[in-house]
Amino acid sequence: MADDLKQPFLPGLEQDIEKWQKSYDAQIAGDKVVRNRSGMEIKPLYTPKDWDSGNYIHDLGMPGQEPFTRGIYPTMHRGRTWTQRQLIGLGTPEDYNERVLKLLDAGASAISLLPCNSGFRGIDCDEAPLPLLGTCGTVVNNVDHMDRALNRVPLERISTAMNDPAPYTLLAFVLGVAKKRGVDWSMITGTSNQSDYISHFVANHMFYRLSLPGSRRMLVDHIAFCREKVPNWNPVSVVGQHMQQAGATPAETMGLTLSTAMQYADDCIAAGMDVDEVLRRFTFFFDISVSFFEEVAKFRAGRRIWTRLAKERLGAKDPKSWRFKFHGQTSGSDLTRQQPLNNIARVTTQAMAGIFSGLQSMHTDAYDEAIACPTEETARVAVATQNILREEAHLCDVIDPLGGSYYVESLTNQMEEEICAVMDKIEAAGGMYRAVEDGVVQTMLGDSALAAQEKIESGEEKLVGVNCYQVDDETIASPPPYRPDTAAMEQHVVEFRQFKQDRSQAEVKRALDQMARAANTDSANLFGEVVDAAMAGVTHGEIVACLRDELGFGHPLIVA
Amino acid sequence: MSENTEKTPERVLITKIGMDGHDRGSRIIAAFLRDAGMEVIYTPPWQAIDAVVNLAVQEDVEVIGVSSLATDHLIMPDLMKALKDAGQDHIEVIVGGIVPDQEHQMLLDAGVAKIFGPGAMREEIVDTVRDLAAVASKTKFESLGV
Repeated sequence: MADDLKQPFLPGLEQDIEKWQKSYDAQIAGDKVVRNRSGMEIKPLYTPKDWDSGNYIHDLGMPGQEPFTRGIYPTMHRGRTWTQRQLIGLGTPEDYNERVLKLLDAGASAISLLPCNSGFRGIDCDEAPLPLLGTCGTVVNNVDHMDRALNRVPLERISTAMNDPAPYTLLAFVLGVAKKRGVDWSMITGTSNQSDYISHFVANHMFYRLSLPGSRRMLVDHIAFCREKVPNWNPVSVVGQHMQQAGATPAETMGLTLSTAMQYADDCIAAGMDVDEVLRRFTFFFDISVSFFEEVAKFRAGRRIWTRLAKERLGAKDPKSWRFKFHGQTSGSDLTRQQPLNNIARVTTQAMAGIFSGLQSMHTDAYDEAIACPTEETARVAVATQNILREEAHLCDVIDPLGGSYYVESLTNQMEEEICAVMDKIEAAGGMYRAVEDGVVQTMLGDSALAAQEKIESGEEKLVGVNCYQVDDETIASPPPYRPDTAAMEQHVVEFRQFKQDRSQAEVKRALDQMARAANTDSANLFGEVVDAAMAGVTHGEIVACLRDELGFGHPLIVA
Repeated sequence: MSENTEKTPERVLITKIGMDGHDRGSRIIAAFLRDAGMEVIYTPPWQAIDAVVNLAVQEDVEVIGVSSLATDHLIMPDLMKALKDAGQDHIEVIVGGIVPDQEHQMLLDAGVAKIFGPGAMREEIVDTVRDLAAVASKTKFESLGV
């Protein structure tokens, strides 16, 4: 590819390269082939032969201009740095509120909410084993819980991102709280993280909540509802993070994520929605691994491909639809249990890759991520890492500082080819939805996860403290894990049971009947009924159970 | 018991209990054990404890491997008790995943034989499972008075 460049080379370049190659070969006898995690061969040196700057306008453009390779805004981090959006979720709503208020006092303008795993599982706290409640997320099962979790949080000013898969009960609870507090829904800003059911199905088995077709219907209704009633909310965040954490290589991750976004866009268009109204609100959520240059190339290529897909394939006319907005989370699967403080160096490297990639918001992992759910102290170090990179390291002085590097541009081009090859494979399988139904994606993830582990086992991919530089005695004790106060959690469950007894049972029945009917009526907006039910006092577990009855229980889409 | 010395594949159940659905670890371990020649019974995540016990009995497994990424290990004592109540305490149980140091003893006290953390290597895991399967098999025969 690099050899057919049309640009005339600098005089003498060919000879110089040849000369260098000779001395290189003489000094490194039997140089082994180096490949990155996506399997691309990496050369020892990149020169003007590898990247033709004559393609600058077509391939890169200026920041804020097509194809947005260098960034989606003209000013990027020079104008406004990324939003620091740490994922938080723990304990009772009161526990969560205490930590969130501390963050807001410290100047945060955005918060996130990670629900308890019982919520992910689709059940309420009164059905889940007590020892597990609140250990990895906050127990929020109704509007009242959400009200307490967001006590003194001004909904009209603070953007909230919620890990809220279909049927999006957390957003329904927030809307209930807003109504109660007299906050207009148009003032509500934030993102339904993890509304991307496809990534949940393949990486997290969300089939236990709703069936695949049921989730598909819910997402389209959710997008339609938000567009009309909560216009400043981002109803979709396409989660590449799940794919990469489950084993996909960086190139596969970007390909699968873009294919997923195409599926959702196609579904919305088929439901009669305007392409620009839908795409303007699309956001993406990715893992940032420690494979530094590969990650930078992944994001730069992704931005470029998305612009072309949105414009050419989907026919979007609003430049906002062409912008690939993404949140990055430093990769937990790169972190080690061994010598946990080493993880601070890994997170720093990952975060730098994210910053150089021009991300819009970021979560940095705590260094005890491979040991436990983060403590307050380790979470503080994670935030400080971002602060140091932003304030001290002069990383934000220049937009897309790696742009123009022969290596980075060549790798971005190569990455684009790889990503498009993955997308072609998905298209050949009948599109993303079909590919998931048939297990094509699950097989890809499983194979790549196994291959990655094999490389660590064989020592081909080094992991400090695991397959090299091990220390015999683990002198650094892991920090004590966060565990919620059992008595307070038990009380929370008791109060929840009481709430269920005291509410208007007639209202609950009416709302559930109405939701069940809507589920069987294609023209009804089912998410609207979820919101209505939440406000009538129906709980998270009851909403999921009703929809599961009506839309079908998923089956495990597992390819062993 | 000389007739039993002939090598039969170890029977292992790889599963996840509790609330978390991340299965990258359990799938890799299942593949490793299978490639090592063992008979692996694999389940999707989110199994009920009773279902795990029933499956272990039906499949006559020697070892159960439970993968836990997000605190599900906290209900391991419930699984251990259920196995005991079902008269299956010859089965050796291992836990793999993220278990804070401070909680290892709690699992060992409940009867878990071994805990593997992130970074554990294939060889060590395979050898341990093989050894534990031999122990379980021996315990079972002894309890039967064979």
